Amino acid sequence: MTASTKKKSEPPIKKQLVIKVFGIGGAGCNVLGYAADSPLEGVDIMAINTDAQGLDACAAPVKFVLGAGRTRGLGAGGDPEVGRAAAQEDLEKLQCFCSGADIIFLLAGLGGGTGTGAAPIIARVARETGALVLALVTLPFEFEGGRRQLQAQTGLHQLKAAADAVICLPNQKLFKLIDEKTSVVDGFKISNGLLAEGLRGIWRLLARTGLINVDFADLCSVTRGRHASSSFATAEASGERRAEQVAEKLAAHPLLDGGQILSDADSLLVSIVGGPDLMMTEIQKLMAPLSRQCENANIILGAAIDGQFAGRLSVTLIASSHCHDGVPASSPPPAPEKVAPEKAAAPEFVDSAETTRPVSRFVAPPPSLSEEKREQLLKGRPGYSRKRPSRLQRELPLEIVFKGRFEKSEPTIRHGEDLDVPTYIRRGVPLN
Amino acid sequence: MFDSASIIVGLEIGTSKICVVAGEINAAKALNIIGLGQSRSRGVRKGEIADAALAQEDVRNAIVEAEQMANVEIRSVYLGVTGNHIRGFNNHGVHPVPSADREITLEDVQDVMKNAKAINLPADNTVVHAIRQHFHVDGQSGILNPVGMYGARVEVDMHVVHGLVDRLKNGIAVVKALQLEVDEIVFTGLASALALLTNEQKELGSLVIDLGGGTTEYVVYSEGIIKHTGVLAVGGDHISNDLAYGLKIPLGRAEQLKLEHGSAVLDGTCKGQTVSSPGQLGLPPKSLNLEHLRRIMSLRLEETFQLIESELSHLGLLDRLRAGVFVCGGGARIPGIQTMAGNIFQLPAFPGKTNSISGLKSALDQPEFATAIGLVKFGSLQTKLKPASGFTEGIKKTFVEIFRR
Repeated sequence: MTASTKKKSEPPIKKQLVIKVFGIGGAGCNVLGYAADSPLEGVDIMAINTDAQGLDACAAPVKFVLGAGRTRGLGAGGDPEVGRAAAQEDLEKLQCFCSGADIIFLLAGLGGGTGTGAAPIIARVARETGALVLALVTLPFEFEGGRRQLQAQTGLHQLKAAADAVICLPNQKLFKLIDEKTSVVDGFKISNGLLAEGLRGIWRLLARTGLINVDFADLCSVTRGRHASSSFATAEASGERRAEQVAEKLAAHPLLDGGQILSDADSLLVSIVGGPDLMMTEIQKLMAPLSRQCENANIILGAAIDGQFAGRLSVTLIASSHCHDGVPASSPPPAPEKVAPEKAAAPEFVDSAETTRPVSRFVAPPPSLSEEKREQLLKGRPGYSRKRPSRLQRELPLEIVFKGRFEKSEPTIRHGEDLDVPTYIRRGVPLN
Repeated sequence: MFDSASIIVGLEIGTSKICVVAGEINAAKALNIIGLGQSRSRGVRKGEIADAALAQEDVRNAIVEAEQMANVEIRSVYLGVTGNHIRGFNNHGVHPVPSADREITLEDVQDVMKNAKAINLPADNTVVHAIRQHFHVDGQSGILNPVGMYGARVEVDMHVVHGLVDRLKNGIAVVKALQLEVDEIVFTGLASALALLTNEQKELGSLVIDLGGGTTEYVVYSEGIIKHTGVLAVGGDHISNDLAYGLKIPLGRAEQLKLEHGSAVLDGTCKGQTVSSPGQLGLPPKSLNLEHLRRIMSLRLEETFQLIESELSHLGLLDRLRAGVFVCGGGARIPGIQTMAGNIFQLPAFPGKTNSISGLKSALDQPEFATAIGLVKFGSLQTKLKPASGFTEGIKKTFVEIFRR
């Protein structure tokens, strides 16, 4: 820990959370452009890239060329090692940037050089300064090639070990959002827009104190330590039937695979933001289908009232699921937090407004990746998502059941069920 | 030897067997079962005739057997009818009392019954039974006989059982082809209930479930009257079919396994056990998982009971069944069926035992014969209702009946 950060974190009492947003790499900086469209109040935005040219085009107020000595501002050339080395080179500066923040958002596009290589390092640095780190990343399109996919998965793996929470958006899922005539520019625009939207949703969730409050700990409990990608979705509607509309939108949301992600989810965070006219029945209407869909999930519900949302209703959903394909959990067991003795003595929970946190936290070393592990990671990428039988909806059995003796007789239909078909088949009772 | 007029014969053309029971009214005016004939049924599916020629042959065999046993000549039968097309519902008839002193006369009662029988049925449906439930006089309910009472308005509840004319005719045609007369057609569920229930049980409230080969009939009695009747075209055949499908064995083998190893309840003892089925066409014997067999079977039975249960609970009849559930038909032989019925209906469940009929003990104790015995009992009640009428009047009445039908 450098002396400068210690000095900066000296005044421990803060009423307002200090939130910083870092866009890392080309994609990350682009997302910042979208996020800056409607400024997030009380948030420091900063663009970090190895490519000086790309940085110039970025709309962020603060910019930093990473590893200028090594790359001379010419970019990482799609090599994560270069990105990592560049970040290592500027460690001290990065520590400076991170210090004093309570929450740091990292925006990056995984698969390239800077985002993939530098983001885990920056996440580590940020965590070491005591901030809570949440990474919002995109995974490359499948057409970008296997190498980028592998790089992205490796980067995601490292990022998960370094950051408190990682939420990722596989770009491949965007194909469900776009039509045939969508241009490349528009496609990436949608991707960046979604990420920015997610950022805004999560920022709102953390920064606003809600009726039913959701804090960072809740977010972490949903996203952290899970060896599977978390997914997010936001939906908004206004008017009389807004609750139903939002529920419908969520059910059909392409990022949720038409509800598949929801039914697979092990934990789910739902943040509802509405105007002062938000009604209890609306929350109920909204939650009923969700909780039915994720009957196995641990659901955390947050609700907030925002004057700007009069007549509107916005919902941010973060869903994540455990990995069941035998990949051992990557994150090391949580190490006991290193608490400075003078801080430990301080009554931390006396004043709720006091956000004292230990300055330094133990961060595990980056996980080393064996070849097998790489293979496993590649298999686990979203394009190859495993199929778990959904408990939500029983489809009509495509197997044509021969009704034997009753084949030619008038079917016995009760409540829409053909009773001539064996009961155990209709009820889906397995005979192993 | 016997006067054929006092011989009452019940014929049930069932899905798995055809059953003929002959009874006579003895000197003490009590019903006595004297003959029993049965034959395997081949021409019936789900309680309805599917092959008239085969059915006719089987009926002939059963009739001949009964004739030989009872040593009588059978000329007419009470025919049991069932099938998915048969429905029961409750109807209501209203009649204002026109007389000045507002005394209810027999004519008023007949009028109100006529009103209640005037039902709007589809053109191809006909009434099988119209059974009087209770009278209401000026809103006062639960009146059994309003004649002589005073009131401005008399109402009656009727339970009407109706079915498709053509389907009913199929059964009658099979009997007619054998040069036999059909005295009356009777819904088999009703016949079973008649055979099983005592007056006290009818009063307390009972549910009779007749688990047949192709159909399951159920009748609810409460406060001494019929509250509800219904048919579910699911029976023992379905269990055999499910087993044949699930265990991948021929239907005949499935039938046999059902009889030998079947059970309605799954207990821990059958876990991991196997039963061997002899190999077909020289193949080695096949071993089958007993747990699977029982699971398939219990799921089917459970579903059948649950369908009935949900229907009755929807009608609010479950709370009125204080005497319990009575199970008859071939399905009553399944081990554990009473336990299952008891669990699903949350009521005491008993095997159906025919009562208050004397005669062949061997016939009376079998749950399969409840329907045919009930048909005889129905016949005996019909003849008791018109005992005083002379011979000519009897003929006239018969003609009237025929024309009405």
